[in-house]
Amino acid sequence: MTVNGTTRTRDVEPRLLLIHFIRDELGLTGSHWGCDTSNCGACVVLLDGTPVKSCTLLAAMAGGRTVQTVEGLGRDGRLDPVQQGFIACHGLQCGFCTPGMMMTARWLLDRRPDPSEEEIREAISGQICRCTGYENIVRAIRWAAGHPEGA
Amino acid sequence: MQVPSHVEYERAATVGQALELLARFGPEARVVAGGHSLIPMMKLRLAQPETLVDIAGIADLSHITAEAGELVIGALVTHAGLLDSAVAGEHFPIFHDAERVIADPIVRNWGTVGGSLCQADPSEDLSAVFSALGATAVIQGRGGARRVPAREFHVGPYETVVAPGELLTELRVPIRPGSGSAYEKVARRVGDWSVAAAGAVVRLDPPAPAGRASPGGPAVIAEAGIGLTAVGAEHFVAAEAEEFLRGRAADEATFARAGQIAAGHCRPAADQRGPVDFKRHLAGELTVRALRRAAARARAA
Repeated sequence: MTVNGTTRTRDVEPRLLLIHFIRDELGLTGSHWGCDTSNCGACVVLLDGTPVKSCTLLAAMAGGRTVQTVEGLGRDGRLDPVQQGFIACHGLQCGFCTPGMMMTARWLLDRRPDPSEEEIREAISGQICRCTGYENIVRAIRWAAGHPEGA
Repeated sequence: MQVPSHVEYERAATVGQALELLARFGPEARVVAGGHSLIPMMKLRLAQPETLVDIAGIADLSHITAEAGELVIGALVTHAGLLDSAVAGEHFPIFHDAERVIADPIVRNWGTVGGSLCQADPSEDLSAVFSALGATAVIQGRGGARRVPAREFHVGPYETVVAPGELLTELRVPIRPGSGSAYEKVARRVGDWSVAAAGAVVRLDPPAPAGRASPGGPAVIAEAGIGLTAVGAEHFVAAEAEEFLRGRAADEATFARAGQIAAGHCRPAADQRGPVDFKRHLAGELTVRALRRAAARARAA
């Protein structure tokens, strides 16, 4: 599969989950392994450009497809506007949900460059943050939408 | 840490290939598409297939088209794809009502319509929707295709008429002019299964000729379909309420009585989502609300 622009080839057991492939085989530990039950969204990565809970897919099912993780969000040494927004608006406390939240935020802004607060809350409704109460995450995504390169 | 037990993995690029692989690996093979029901069950070891046949790459099963009076939905259409489909929403707003509250946006991106139906979870929403709509499932086997009414698709919890070696390929929904549809669901939080839900499809007769009905009076229900989710309704429908509605005025009194009938005939089970009487109450009230919205949409159609 192509991960953050690089082709990665491994022989893996069919039962290996995508999140463990990304973290343990490729060493990309930015994507977090959370609830293991498709609920929390800490493991969200983009698969062929669309967010997926990577604890709920086998790595084999993603074979030949394109995966983007939080490590591939910034470009040319510069943080993505979404990442800048999370810094500017204090969109995280413990940081565990943050990579998944940012991947979904990037996807949302690619589809809807100027989302309403309601659209942002709907987009992240499958992801759980136990620290922020979501307020600053919503602000961070709005901040990124207002950034010149946000969308 | 939840890890599936050992499994073999095969990919099919066409329906023919999928059928070949299913024949080769026998009844212990399972089809996987989005995987959003099967993989969690494998992680919990509630499902331990010997072989997975991945059909996600079959291109011609992921389209939604309107043709010859039917809406055709490929089995690999994702929940997000159905929610985003203008043609589906135009003919059957019930799909958009339901998909907005199925799982969460991330799960909807990968879970498929066919996968949900084949998983046949008793609390799954689309079974009631397709049953209310009077849809037909197209099932492919090596000997050809067969068509099964949505109302006969489920044999029991987690069991369907799709036999080992067969593949659900599409759902066909008859387009009936003058119809309206709606879905109403109560869930505890985003992403949870229904506590209870009801879907309604209503076709209204054209206004009666002058002299036979008062102008502006309620339209008459020519045909009605009512689907019920998570309340133990046989075939996911409220057949007695459908029967009652046929030929009656599309007004509040009729809807209220239909709700009572639907509530009376379902058999909810008490669980962590609520006791029996609460679910029965919801079945009735949600039936009324779905009928009200479906009829309003039929009038506006």
